[in-house]
Amino acid sequence: MGSSIASKETYEKKILDRFSDKLVDSIANLIDKVKPGWSERNKSKIDEWKLMFYAFNRSPPGIIGAVLIISFILIGLFGPYVAPYSYREFLYIEYRDTYLVPPGSTVTITNKQGEIVKVFNFPLGTDKYGRDLLSLILYGARVSLIVSLIVILLGVPIGILLGLVAGYFGGKVDEVIMRITDIFLAFPALILAIAFASVLPERIRPIIIQSEVLKQIFSVIFAADVRDAANFAPILSVILAIILVWWPPYTRIIRGSVLSAKENLYVEAAKALGVSTWKILFKHILPNIISPVLVLITLDIGAVILMEAALSFLGLGAQDPMVDWGKIVYDGAQYFPDRWWLVIFPGLATFLAVLGWNLIGDTLRDVLDPRTRRSIEFKVKRRKTEEK
Amino acid sequence: MGSVGFKRKILEVKDLHVHFYTYAGVVKAISGVSFEIYEGETFCIVGETGCGKSVTSRAITKLIESPGKIVKGQVLFYRNNSPIDLLKLSEEKLREIRGKEIAYIFQDPTASLDPLYSVGYQIAETMVAHNTATWKEAFRKAIDILKSVLIPDPEKRVKNYPHELSGGMRQRVVIGISLSNKPKLLIADEPTTAVDVTIQAQLLDLLRKLREEERMTLLLITHNMGVVAEMCDRVAVMYAGKIVEIGTVHQIFKNPQHPYTKGLLRAVPNPLIRIEKLESIPGTVPNLIFPPPGCRFHPRCPYRFDPCDKKEPPLIEVEEGHKVACWLHVK
Repeated sequence: MGSSIASKETYEKKILDRFSDKLVDSIANLIDKVKPGWSERNKSKIDEWKLMFYAFNRSPPGIIGAVLIISFILIGLFGPYVAPYSYREFLYIEYRDTYLVPPGSTVTITNKQGEIVKVFNFPLGTDKYGRDLLSLILYGARVSLIVSLIVILLGVPIGILLGLVAGYFGGKVDEVIMRITDIFLAFPALILAIAFASVLPERIRPIIIQSEVLKQIFSVIFAADVRDAANFAPILSVILAIILVWWPPYTRIIRGSVLSAKENLYVEAAKALGVSTWKILFKHILPNIISPVLVLITLDIGAVILMEAALSFLGLGAQDPMVDWGKIVYDGAQYFPDRWWLVIFPGLATFLAVLGWNLIGDTLRDVLDPRTRRSIEFKVKRRKTEEK
Repeated sequence: MGSVGFKRKILEVKDLHVHFYTYAGVVKAISGVSFEIYEGETFCIVGETGCGKSVTSRAITKLIESPGKIVKGQVLFYRNNSPIDLLKLSEEKLREIRGKEIAYIFQDPTASLDPLYSVGYQIAETMVAHNTATWKEAFRKAIDILKSVLIPDPEKRVKNYPHELSGGMRQRVVIGISLSNKPKLLIADEPTTAVDVTIQAQLLDLLRKLREEERMTLLLITHNMGVVAEMCDRVAVMYAGKIVEIGTVHQIFKNPQHPYTKGLLRAVPNPLIRIEKLESIPGTVPNLIFPPPGCRFHPRCPYRFDPCDKKEPPLIEVEEGHKVACWLHVK
């Protein structure tokens, strides 16, 4: 490595390192405010976190992934509020000129006297209803984000819990749980999800329509109009369907790790000291086996986004006028390749979001695995001593 | 040590049988072990690897994992002279006894500590689990406990993680954890196997000191005759899942009666006498799926004679408190 390049690299990354240091410190301070004396007691933990970030900062794919997912999350959270148009503004009804406008065009509406009444900007073009594609993608991001988060937040704990119970208690409990898991694993996940997603909406819809509170809650969650309440059901059933097919791999992985982790002497020691079974499971077994699962989760968020897009591409997810990325592609597919923007832009958005999670997952594996992390940390430490 | 005269029982194991159901067959790891431990004494169980010492100690509070099973027997734990059978208690009741009245120290100190928690947390956890202290008190008490197990600079050490301590310190922490609720009976399963000789001496001194200070009863499992001689009041010698000889440490060392005990004692190197070759007991520990008929030691025994391979010898008293299971002593 040339010395000039090396010094330039360390300089560039030092900024990131300082930033992550500040991030860790401010998190530590925050916890310190809630629990006084915490950071004093957990100094080594804080240093460990900082080192993890140093290792993370040294991985360009990881940084790209982080940038991608942070923007995905920000767009998902705030996109619908900054979108120039609502997903319900069907401009085509009033202004026929807005039909399938290509990206970057400006549509000027004049009245009969030739005066300019309105000017519309469509940076990414419009769809067949004259809706702004950029706004649709911003609204769709919310649905993708929510679906992937809910699936991970509900599906993964179910898988983990079943895996812990099966692995730890063994015997008949193990047998029953794992055979059910096997049955679920034996079906192709997508087919099973399609089956669930096509049956469930009819069951869920009446529940939502009857409850004013649920309508309000979901309209906030999906950033959708309350008038579309009936359309929340298909999205919710897609979420349920994906959860139903998502837990089995986690159960398998966790069970396998528990089988080896429960042989550790500290588990037996905890038992011999009278620590309760659930405390042993959640405090001594789970934390010791969680890092491979964390990596799998980040990779899986991407997979969930894809699965959701696939289901709504098949017409099972969001229904008109609601949108998600898969739905936009589905609607646009009939005009492809002439009106390419209807497929390319939402497809690109999906691609970047999934890529981001996968890159993060890959890097997290390196950072969380002590063996690969040590070598990266070693470089950082050497650099630190050279500075002195 | 070992005040003769009025002695109160604290633990009585009666006819304990533990089997392991493996693919190869049923391993009869323990068949008919009986002994009693008196308050305030140090009781040792010695024997070769695989003779069932650890299984016996674990069976006392039902810590036998599947595929193991306690098939038969009683473990009577005396609380104020009234016995309760630990093997009949519910899991919940047992949990209250484990770590509070009967505590364990396991062989490998490194593996006995969870790498993810500070030692202070792990000491405190035991107290909190038995509601003897709140988290805050428990953390404060953890410092005193570390002090009592002679760890230097305990205020700093409570915050350390297991990997930041040396092997000897870790084992002391493990001892500290078991002592945190001041148990009546401490079961130490080869506590010094994983540490070197100097630390071994320190740990044994510490255990002895703590036993006297806290007036605990100690059940020590070991394969080291040196440790037995140094620490114990009474000894049980185990072979292939049975107790072959039981007596005070003097009786066992000065006047061993069972051929196996004699062999064990001859196999201990004596630093003062120079010999060409250390004596060993010929043969190996028998397969416990098909244990030899009659006396289990007979295939390796130099004195075997007619009844040995046919009938099991009874455990008979040869002098006061000294029992042996060998046909040589049956009149």
